[in-house]
Amino acid sequence: MGHHESNYQPKWAIEKWLDERLPVIRMMSDQFIVFPTPRNLNYWWTLGMVLFFFLIIQIVTGIVLAMHYVADSGLAFDSVEHIMRDVNWGWLLRYMHANGGSFFFIAVYIHILRGLYYGSYKAPREILWLVGIVIYILMMAAAFMGYVLPWGQMSYWGATVITNLFSAIPWVGDSITQLLWGAYSVSQPTLNRFFALHYLVPMILAVFVIIHVWALHVVGSNNPEGLDVKTKEDTLPFHPYFTMKDLFVAISVLGIYAFFVFYMSNYMGHPDNYIRANPMVTPTHIVPEWYFLPFYAILRAVPDKLGGVIAMFGAIIVVAIIPWLDTHPIRSLRYRPIARIMFWLFVATALLLGFLGAKPASGWYITASRALMVFWFVYFLIILPILSRMERNNDKLPGSISEAVLGKSDDAAEAR
Amino acid sequence: MSTAETVDNSRRDFLYIATGAVGVTGTAMAVWPFIDQMNPDASQKALSSIEVDIAPIEVGQAITVVWRGKPVFIRHRTEEDIKLAVETDVAELRDPQTDAERAQKPEWLIMIGICTHLGCVPLGQKPGDVKGDYHGWFCPCHGSHYDSAGRIRKGPAPRNLDLPGYKFLSDTLVKIG
Repeated sequence: MGHHESNYQPKWAIEKWLDERLPVIRMMSDQFIVFPTPRNLNYWWTLGMVLFFFLIIQIVTGIVLAMHYVADSGLAFDSVEHIMRDVNWGWLLRYMHANGGSFFFIAVYIHILRGLYYGSYKAPREILWLVGIVIYILMMAAAFMGYVLPWGQMSYWGATVITNLFSAIPWVGDSITQLLWGAYSVSQPTLNRFFALHYLVPMILAVFVIIHVWALHVVGSNNPEGLDVKTKEDTLPFHPYFTMKDLFVAISVLGIYAFFVFYMSNYMGHPDNYIRANPMVTPTHIVPEWYFLPFYAILRAVPDKLGGVIAMFGAIIVVAIIPWLDTHPIRSLRYRPIARIMFWLFVATALLLGFLGAKPASGWYITASRALMVFWFVYFLIILPILSRMERNNDKLPGSISEAVLGKSDDAAEAR
Repeated sequence: MSTAETVDNSRRDFLYIATGAVGVTGTAMAVWPFIDQMNPDASQKALSSIEVDIAPIEVGQAITVVWRGKPVFIRHRTEEDIKLAVETDVAELRDPQTDAERAQKPEWLIMIGICTHLGCVPLGQKPGDVKGDYHGWFCPCHGSHYDSAGRIRKGPAPRNLDLPGYKFLSDTLVKIG
């Protein structure tokens, strides 16, 4: 796929001259214009472009916000209000950045679920999947540190709870937490370094995005049938077929995003973060940003500090190693009815855990969180490996992508 | 050709390993300043002790003071608080400590007001606060209950509330840190 023959013909002398020295135009042409892409991709394959748009939005709005923000525990909260009230268009830039973060996560969660449903993590796409997980973890780090910067109550106490996760590590936990804080509690040194790292992490993330696209272009896109590309008839060039489809979706999503930026600017935020950070008073009910809620519910479900931290990180690790847990030869769940039911149960589990993560840690909420946490791990560690052995191969599986799209032609029937 | 015959392999291996070891040590030493700069600096360490006048605190009252950027709880315990704490069966506790180990003077309980689970400030200092199931403190974040000696009784926290180093300079003046 990635090694398809190049059909780029330099037209002008300068193009030819450049092509012999740095074939950058050839690479763009090969990888983003004529790149053979499975012809049956559906709309769930458009999230990559959406994510690319949001990465650009976050970086651009972030750079300009950094021109006005002050990373000082005495001034940070006021500087954010200064951005909102005094800086030209500051309100727009900040709301774009805050809502952009949430939309980035909405898009990445759909993108990940698409990968899980259609088996996009299976051979030969394991590295592609792992690079994606690295990107997701970097996103979480960037989002967490960014949320601390406004230095409101949720910023401060969110930072306190999350950095204290490291204190659960036996022996060296407290030293590590002090190293992270640069003090004996979350304070000025912590805010200052979080600002530096919040600026750095997206740059590292952008590098991993390039590696992700590279890995994708070596093996090519998976597709809704989960079949390998066999002939030229199975593919279409990336441009204009998929550039236009992706752009259509990206622009539609940007419309919804604009609605949130302008009319529901604080809907996905927490009102307590408009209260200045107070190290002496913890809000009665701390919640992380919505995109961390399922993991937060798992953390609280375990009645032991270290155990809770291990379960929370474990919940991400099982997702990362799924290529080696689900080894069934059929990729797409379209042709795996039992795995499909289990997948939707997993999606329901993740959503319910998100709901429970926002509730107080008491009563039946805890009981339900525990049951759902168990299912999360059972799904990855027991159900998927068992189904890999037990679930029958499906005879409805089409012979090729073209056959799935065009129906079985006489030629294809003869070829058999 | 003669050089190939005189190569001493064990000598080569030694040089190879020695060079590698020096390289690794040198790299580690060069990296250390870049890591250690993140640790608490001199100005943070300088805030290490405070003196508190405890004369105005009536029996049953509690105050919160700031030490090293952290809240420190000082409670003037009632007879009932002390009685509850002393009569608790220490063997049943998650982090077994007697009341005498918790408080230098039984009527004064001085602790760092940070939940040992994930660092929230427990409720229980103000008269109207929820004090949990054991008449002490309750952490609203993840539901840890502390008793009237600040010992963990229920919930996810692994340890009793930490005690700062402190010394009574007089009956009414205490030095923390």
